[in-house]
Amino acid sequence: MKVAVVGVQGDVEEHIVATEKSMKNLGIQGEVLAVREPGIIPECDAIIIPGGESTTISKLISRDSIAEEIIESAREGKRIMGTCAGLIVLAKEGDEQVERTKTKLLGLLDVKVKRNAFGRQRESFQTKLQMKYVGEIDGVFIRAPLIESVGKEVEILAKFEDRIVAVKQGKILGLAFHPELSSTKVHEYFLSL
Amino acid sequence: MRFDLEKLRFGTELVKRGFAKMQKGGVIMDVTNAEQAVIAEEAGAVAVMALHKVPADIRASGGVARMADPKKIEEIMDAVTIPVMAKCRIGHIAEARALEALGVDMIDESEVLTPADTFFHIYKKNFVVPFVCGARSLGEAVRRIWEGAAMIRTKGEAGTGNVVEAVKHMRLINQAIYTLKKIPDEKIYEVAVKYASRYAELSRLVKEEMGVVLENEIVYENFTLAEIVEGINEILLEIRDLGRLPVVNFAAGGIATPADAALMMQLGADGVFVGSGIFKSSNPEKFARAIVEAVEHYDQPEVVAEVSKELGEAMKGLEVSKLAEGELLQTRGA
Repeated sequence: MKVAVVGVQGDVEEHIVATEKSMKNLGIQGEVLAVREPGIIPECDAIIIPGGESTTISKLISRDSIAEEIIESAREGKRIMGTCAGLIVLAKEGDEQVERTKTKLLGLLDVKVKRNAFGRQRESFQTKLQMKYVGEIDGVFIRAPLIESVGKEVEILAKFEDRIVAVKQGKILGLAFHPELSSTKVHEYFLSL
Repeated sequence: MRFDLEKLRFGTELVKRGFAKMQKGGVIMDVTNAEQAVIAEEAGAVAVMALHKVPADIRASGGVARMADPKKIEEIMDAVTIPVMAKCRIGHIAEARALEALGVDMIDESEVLTPADTFFHIYKKNFVVPFVCGARSLGEAVRRIWEGAAMIRTKGEAGTGNVVEAVKHMRLINQAIYTLKKIPDEKIYEVAVKYASRYAELSRLVKEEMGVVLENEIVYENFTLAEIVEGINEILLEIRDLGRLPVVNFAAGGIATPADAALMMQLGADGVFVGSGIFKSSNPEKFARAIVEAVEHYDQPEVVAEVSKELGEAMKGLEVSKLAEGELLQTRGA
């Protein structure tokens, strides 16, 4: 199995390490690549868009045409996961901040996201979460977004205080928090989708 | 929004270091007003540093450099959606608390401002907001990490537009990490003792003046020197095992061109701070965008060449070796 971590900006290394450990735990042979140029994603079986700044990541993947390759991969039914900024980039609809910064969304997840929904960094936190198919995990929310609404095809996997923080649509996962900073549980689930 | 606070943990090491990790591979730009902040965001900056004056102007104007006007910082916070950082003076706990109250996303306890405390840096573990601190050597980096810094950056020599000192500090830290990997645990402990001795300077002066020696003396915050040595030793062992600092390490202090930024990334920086370089150049929009692309594609020379074309005039710059000892900012806070 070949896994691409979109590597233009953000906590790329953390996703690579978590994915490599998960592969080892599951006994999957393969490799994990940080992708900063076009031409690699079409050869991969799974794609991860990491945390970082959604404004920056969106600009860089559009300039490099990595964005089109991700959209094409979704069409082919490959598994894709976005965490925090990655969730925003995957979403169909954003909020006022997304509009104001003219951030281009890939539109692959039928959800509406709200950026910086909890506030600034001092309002960032970690907490225990129950995630469907995965179990209890430590959710690390860093200037995190929220999922305000979901389309019919979208399954809700985790809520925090009645607000949606993890979803699944086909083989696409979107998480408002950072599983790559706490354990390999979510990555193992993602690889076995 | 109100949540059950019992279940939430704010300002943990994971949350603070995690914030810094999200900045990796990015460019953090110094800005002095809302308009510049918007230019930085549009160019793809991952965060902005809100300042009263850029370091080149701080250097030129002299006098005591302090925290920026909070009103100015607020205007910048309102103008952009990306994180906003601000600088406080070394050891100035009250400026840091004011910045935290204002809601800035990260505080830079910075040598670019005039230090407020010659003995100590802020004990940053007492704060919910994460800190970034400058370092010229592994010792400085490790002390700042022990105090709770979530991000380290090279000091370089701010406001000069000359990358030579940033390169020097990155190389010194890299070579020291390499050395750590080659020596046995006992030797590492000796390094910890040496690095920690800086915290005993205040107590040494008082001992000398009073002629009194205390047992188990508290030397800094609520720690004895022995406890600090233990803490620093643990961090050194972690660095040895990881082969790198346990927090994000950015380059700063003199980065003026896309090629400078790419150079620092090649030397192992996780990202880049650009201070005076962007808004002291003749075409800030183009410059900012070029530096963002050069950091992303630091290992692709053709991209660095492409984005460096016709950028106009870079900031003029200063020859660091011609600066008098008293003009150097990097020697502040060790």
